[in-house]
Amino acid sequence: MTVGLSHYLTVAAVLFTIGVFGIFLNRKNVIVILMSIELLLLAVNINLVAFSSFHGDLVGQVFTLIVLTVAAAEAAIGLAIVVVYFRNRGTIDVADIDHLKG
Amino acid sequence: MLTALFFYLFAIVLIGAAVMVVSAKNPVHAVLYLILAFFNAAGLFVLLGAEFLAMILVVVYVGAVMVLFLFVVMMLDVNFAELRAGVLKILPIGLVVGLLLLFELLFVVGAWVTAPTLVNDAPAPPPAEVSNTKALGQLLYTDYVYLFEAAGLILLVAMIGAIVLTLHHRRDVKRQNIADQVARSPETAVEVVQVETGRGLQ
Repeated sequence: MTVGLSHYLTVAAVLFTIGVFGIFLNRKNVIVILMSIELLLLAVNINLVAFSSFHGDLVGQVFTLIVLTVAAAEAAIGLAIVVVYFRNRGTIDVADIDHLKG
Repeated sequence: MLTALFFYLFAIVLIGAAVMVVSAKNPVHAVLYLILAFFNAAGLFVLLGAEFLAMILVVVYVGAVMVLFLFVVMMLDVNFAELRAGVLKILPIGLVVGLLLLFELLFVVGAWVTAPTLVNDAPAPPPAEVSNTKALGQLLYTDYVYLFEAAGLILLVAMIGAIVLTLHHRRDVKRQNIADQVARSPETAVEVVQVETGRGLQ
């Protein structure tokens, strides 16, 4: 019953799937979409740390640190955009965001 | 044995919390479940021997990012029930895509092998005699110092960007202009008038 690398990879795979599923399920609510992205990044981090730990290579943890940094920056900018959008439009429905007519 | 027990505990709670994040009706509950998920991920990191990252996850994520999410969710007066309309219509597609992705990922997990040359010549093995934090610092401040500086730059840009996006001056509020007040001279501020007796000023 020893816990190997595959166990951690499986947990990360399930977490990643839940994150993708969350984006599908809450495709209107941009805050929950941002939270689903956090789940995806967490799954990636678990993968990196698991490989780093089981292969005895610390560089994976350095990369995890960078991923955490980028995720924090992304959350801050994303929430700032949400706040500004809500101030202008009074809604955060993603389906309504079509001003650029892309 | 104890490690396995804790692994399964953390993993099950982590996945359960993640499911609740994406399915909770109230986004405040979703944020709280996400905090639970991050705590359990930190537990998994501790089991993997990455204590520094576990603490970073708790301090930075639970302490800063999730509180930011909580502030924004509570600040925005949004009808979240309205945003969830039509969930049942999208649910089958989401389930199909999610299950497909899950099976693909599990096939990858079940079938991958490491190249035999890769395992033994890792670029930076963790030094056995120092703690994880010290080893990570020794690596981060030497070989990966440019990456570290880039991370700092990313955070700086994100901070400036968030401030620029959300700062707005309201036009309808009277504000004190200290420069105007200081620049006033007696010529513009004081007027000497000769008041005639019994007439007053008009």
